Amino acid sequence: MNHAYPARERWRRFKNRFILAAITVLALIPALPLFLILFQLFHKGISSLSLDFFIHLPAPPGESGGGIANAIVGTFIIVGLATLIGVPISILAGIYLSEYGKDTKFAEAVRVCADVLQGVPSIVIGIVAYAWVVRPMGHFSALSGSVALALMMIPVVVRTTEEVLRLVPDILREASLALGVPYWRTVLKVVLPTGMVGVTTGILIAVARIAGETAPLLFTAFGNQFMTLNPLEPMNALPLVIFNYATSPYEDWWQQAWGASIVLVLMVLGLNILSRLLARRIAGER
Amino acid sequence: MFEPKNLYRQIKYDLLFRKLATSMGALVIFLVVATFFTLVYESWPAIKAFGLRFLWNTTWDPVSLEFGALPFLVGTLITSFLALLIATPFALAGAIFLGELAPPKIANPVSFVMELLAGIPSVIYGLWALFYLVPLVRAFELKIGAPPYGLGLFTASLVLAIMILPYALSVARDVIKLVPQDLKEAAYGLGATRWETIRHIVLPYARSGILAGIVLALGRALGETMAVTMVIGNRSAMPQSIWDLANTMASVIANEFTEATEDVHLAALVEIGLLLFVITVVVNLVARIFIVKTKVR
Repeated sequence: MNHAYPARERWRRFKNRFILAAITVLALIPALPLFLILFQLFHKGISSLSLDFFIHLPAPPGESGGGIANAIVGTFIIVGLATLIGVPISILAGIYLSEYGKDTKFAEAVRVCADVLQGVPSIVIGIVAYAWVVRPMGHFSALSGSVALALMMIPVVVRTTEEVLRLVPDILREASLALGVPYWRTVLKVVLPTGMVGVTTGILIAVARIAGETAPLLFTAFGNQFMTLNPLEPMNALPLVIFNYATSPYEDWWQQAWGASIVLVLMVLGLNILSRLLARRIAGER
Repeated sequence: MFEPKNLYRQIKYDLLFRKLATSMGALVIFLVVATFFTLVYESWPAIKAFGLRFLWNTTWDPVSLEFGALPFLVGTLITSFLALLIATPFALAGAIFLGELAPPKIANPVSFVMELLAGIPSVIYGLWALFYLVPLVRAFELKIGAPPYGLGLFTASLVLAIMILPYALSVARDVIKLVPQDLKEAAYGLGATRWETIRHIVLPYARSGILAGIVLALGRALGETMAVTMVIGNRSAMPQSIWDLANTMASVIANEFTEATEDVHLAALVEIGLLLFVITVVVNLVARIFIVKTKVR
């Protein structure tokens, strides 16, 4: 076939094939390290997963054995508290943007600030939480870590809440208002429930994002070798364990860092997959 | 419902709810402003002591209490831009592949997995890099005759490149998908090959969106802390080559913040945080401008 075309056309076809092939190869290379990370994570860490690992406290340095029970509990408390602080603020702010502010200058300023807040490096958020909570209290605490994580969560939930509520058809609002329901009740009983799946997706994405954050906890929650349920005390968390153990000189602790990483990755991936499934459900409904 | 008393009460609640929602919107603005002023206030002792010299002084010495941020500014700039340089070709190729070449049957699951991997916490990238990437880099350094630390600027840039790639890629892919079908078909109709269509129609159309993705990835690289802290070697001197141990702005804060006993040391660290805050805000606003541009078209 090819000889039927003049040289210039042959060259164009060759160039087309060659470059498309090159793009495909280039596109596949970055998948390599990403899959290597997952593979090596499970390869290295699976052997440290045992019942003891989940229910015991850390052993003193140099001694073998011990677990990360306090870090698992700590992560749940710190992240849970951050969600309690962050979600009500974010949903109300999202309601403001979609129901009241709309295209006003002030609403636009809120949106820009949410974007700015989302871009602030997590370590800087840690400094701010240190100045706002740790300094006045006089010591490190889980609460200060939760404040830092809530700050990181707010922009994500604000923007998803706004986007989802904007998709709720005006007909629903008008129908409710026509029945004599006041606007605030319309928002809470009609608009918000209609968008609830989407809002939940946003919250799950935000929780997945903050659950693995380490930098904002370094000088807020700080870490703790013992079990504590008191949010006013320093508390351990999975990311802190991974960081502290990985950079320690003990081989036994490196092993535990891999184990803790599996637990953390499964948690974060689980939340992400759950949020995707929910998002797909919304798409299916429409 | 229509009794006047009840009506007044509902009007009152309506106003109250509106005020509550508006004040939470205002709180978002307040948080950003308060973050900025907190950083300025907390770093004031260092600003007062060192002034603008802080920006180009290369000495960082917690013992003699002399602090300059240049080594960290340089560390952050080198690692971020090197990471961007490494990641961009792959991200662009990946975006073209997933957005234009691959059939949906392949593109959808691949995109799904990629987005999940983008959610892996950075401390885990750090752990992996520390135990797998560092020995690889050390072997490479031995081969080319560089100091075989394994840790250092180059390793940090590599991890950063791996971490920011999915971000740049998914933004670029989304814009490439937005290119109108009829434009592409018009090009094919004129006899253009697939590559010529990508080169002359798709890429120019998606240009500002692709740039936005790259700038967003840059913003993430600038502020990334944990993975970098774990592999950069934590040396607070001016780096001489990309094989050197160094520190970035984020990593020096992570390392020294809890150990700083002198007020001025702590203030100097916060001032680095302030610089980082300002830089990332500017970068993100630039990305926002590109994104707005894409939407307008």
